[in-house]
Amino acid sequence: MTDANLTDSLRDRVQTAAGQGTALVICGSGSKAFLTGTAADETVDMTRHAGIVHYAPQELVLTVRAGTHLRDVEALLAEHGQMLAFEPPHYGPQATVGGTLAAGLSGPRRASAGAARDFVLGLRILNGRGEVLRFGGETIKNVAGYDVSRLMVGAFGTLGVLLDASFKVLPKPAQECTRVQDAPDAGAALKRLRETVLKPWPLSASAWLDGRLYLRLSGAAPAVAQAARALGGETLADDATFWRDLREQQFAFFTDPRPLWRLAVAPAATLLPETLVAPADRLMEWDGALRWVHSTAPAATLFAAAQARGGHATLWRNAPAGTPRRLQLPPALATLHQRLKAAFDPHGILNRGAFHPEP
Amino acid sequence: MNALVERPPLAPERRRRLIATLRGLLPADALLSADEALRPYECDGLSAYRSRPLAVALPHSIAETQAVLRACHAAGIPVVARGSGTGLSGGAYPLSDGVLLSLARMKSILSIDLENRSARVQPGVRNLAISEAVAPYGLYYAPDPSSQIACSIGGNVAENSGGVHCLKYGLTTHNLLKLEVLLADGERVTIGADALDAAGYDLLALMTGSEGLLGVVVEVTVKLLPKPESARVVMAAFDSVEACGAAVGDVIGAGIIPAGMEMMDKPAMGAAEDFLHCGYPVGSEAMVLVELDGLPEEVEDGIRRVEAVMRARGATDVRVSRNEAERANFWAGRKNAFPAVGRISPDYYCIDGTIPRGQLPHVLGRMRELSTHYRQRIANVFHAGDGNLHPLILYDANQPGEMERTEALALDILKLCVDVGGTITGEHGVGIEKINAMCHQFTSAEIEQFHAVKHAFDPAETLNPGKAIPTLHRCAEFGALHVHHGQLPHPELPRF
Repeated sequence: MTDANLTDSLRDRVQTAAGQGTALVICGSGSKAFLTGTAADETVDMTRHAGIVHYAPQELVLTVRAGTHLRDVEALLAEHGQMLAFEPPHYGPQATVGGTLAAGLSGPRRASAGAARDFVLGLRILNGRGEVLRFGGETIKNVAGYDVSRLMVGAFGTLGVLLDASFKVLPKPAQECTRVQDAPDAGAALKRLRETVLKPWPLSASAWLDGRLYLRLSGAAPAVAQAARALGGETLADDATFWRDLREQQFAFFTDPRPLWRLAVAPAATLLPETLVAPADRLMEWDGALRWVHSTAPAATLFAAAQARGGHATLWRNAPAGTPRRLQLPPALATLHQRLKAAFDPHGILNRGAFHPEP
Repeated sequence: MNALVERPPLAPERRRRLIATLRGLLPADALLSADEALRPYECDGLSAYRSRPLAVALPHSIAETQAVLRACHAAGIPVVARGSGTGLSGGAYPLSDGVLLSLARMKSILSIDLENRSARVQPGVRNLAISEAVAPYGLYYAPDPSSQIACSIGGNVAENSGGVHCLKYGLTTHNLLKLEVLLADGERVTIGADALDAAGYDLLALMTGSEGLLGVVVEVTVKLLPKPESARVVMAAFDSVEACGAAVGDVIGAGIIPAGMEMMDKPAMGAAEDFLHCGYPVGSEAMVLVELDGLPEEVEDGIRRVEAVMRARGATDVRVSRNEAERANFWAGRKNAFPAVGRISPDYYCIDGTIPRGQLPHVLGRMRELSTHYRQRIANVFHAGDGNLHPLILYDANQPGEMERTEALALDILKLCVDVGGTITGEHGVGIEKINAMCHQFTSAEIEQFHAVKHAFDPAETLNPGKAIPTLHRCAEFGALHVHHGQLPHPELPRF
């Protein structure tokens, strides 16, 4: 595993760029580059700024440099029976911690355990002036100053270059078991999910695809056994592979060449009508709160449909040329975003255009 | 402490004009300006500091709140938002040239959404009222600050409040979905969503814990959780604080995440036992309460493991709650530790530092030395699971010098927390109380970055100005008095 602290050279790099107005694109392995469009003069390679800074299993705290490979972090945690509880998607074998946080993506455990931002305790960053700043820390509770660390998660590097991140890690569940039930109708599956999430069971993930409902239970062995009996259905063999392939979007559903939309909605929101999405073109995660659809409906229709369901839509993969991938924010929020961007990156040099279109 | 916000007085004519304007905007019962009526609003839970605001606005609706903000913004008058006034850091301490905006009248639970396991509530709703309202459905709202009977959800958002269950269930920031927020000029924005993520930057995280400096929260959508079927608590006593601390680490090391894990030292235990007679092991040096929740079989299994861990670390006494009454009794002393200490000392001052748990023996040892040095006694209660210490410094404000010694001791303890890798506040916020200590935790560049964030939201700086984030000048003045490792903090600033 690489172990190098390149803070000084990265700081010099950003300071020089700030002075010259050079647009930088901050790059890990590029595994999530498909999510952004960037315009840059220069690329900053983060992968050599890597290594474990501090790991205290009994404190449930891990601090790593941004260029560290996610797989190395997960292997280290596994040696101590621990994990990143937001089950981050890698989208590539070289995925880095920095890219994971910049994209702010969370995996199947999201609905029960929390999101990437929920497990970030602190960050060291370079702002767009090339100042090294530290926010948060290595403690689980910390309310001194604004919560800038969590603001950085999912900001796609537009507010700062992530240097080191401190995570709250959790013990791996003693037992996991996935039950599968036939649920040909998506609406009926959604109804069953609603009933299930009101039970005090250790549900750690759910998915509906190809007419089947998958429910994962995680926790102490007696709890998992008790809930599995109550749930019914069949036990899925090799369920770790199933959830990994779902998380990494390896199923045929995801490799389909048609436009793929991600809808984050209220978990109980009604399904999109079949006039917009054919039954076979739906996949649900997060107890119904995350819905993937293939649809050729106009972008505006899908944006509106997601909004009406309490959330938002993103054109995830296979965007046809000229189709907007995200809805513009309402004016007051857009203004706040622009001002925040300027507060962290006054010269506008960091990952220009990687996020919402900037002024 | 010693951090009052000095503000220039407002000309009487401007005050008259402002009050007249607000009278025109609000119903008669929604504006207080008579001296007598203002008195109850002079302070929040940090009652050592008092100041009288120009007026108190008590709007009933978002529209009325918006009207107050617009008028104050136009007139350049500061606005301090207040929930129930239970905050311990002076976040709602009024400004003498500003309007105190009480959200206490907006206290309706607007909707309970069982299917989405969420509730939409007004900011003045009490924390506990949410859990009570959804209890018939087997649900609850997880964050449970000690003041939960009284504190409001709007205040919880502003402070990112915690409680005794944070290790497993998170703080306020982990249990929110959506906020309706009014910006300084009254503009309304929706932050977050009914979905698990929202478009754009994570403003929900930024707003939570921003202590009323970035916006006024006028509606909150919280997540609800199914109530665990079973909860039991282990109480274990130890001959030394070190052994107790080590046992806490072993519980986590065994892969157990308790719902709550609380330590008390001998003075805190003694005070609680005298007050409530809950059967605490007062002869021992430290005790820990470990609560597990979940399905009954899971809890039984966990309890057995926790008991084994405690015995392996040499616990002198281990007891397990056998029923709900016993569980409540075990907790009663801990939950009432503050009033219990209030019985044995005329005054006490609660500190909120957080440390990496492994540093506990060192920090407690150093605290004993500081206690001797300043001649003030300390009782310790400790959210052991998440490293949040609440040392209570016992003092008597009527004895000359005790208040000053207490403040100096408090500041030294906060600096100690920062120096071992912790923070000056785990859950009570900075407010006016810890504003000087902020200079010890953050560099000038970091503080400037905070000010830039504030400026992005509130360019005219009318929302709760002077709180939470110190000016660099303040740090320079303060830093000149407190030299750290031989180095002046914020060296680029002129000294006074």
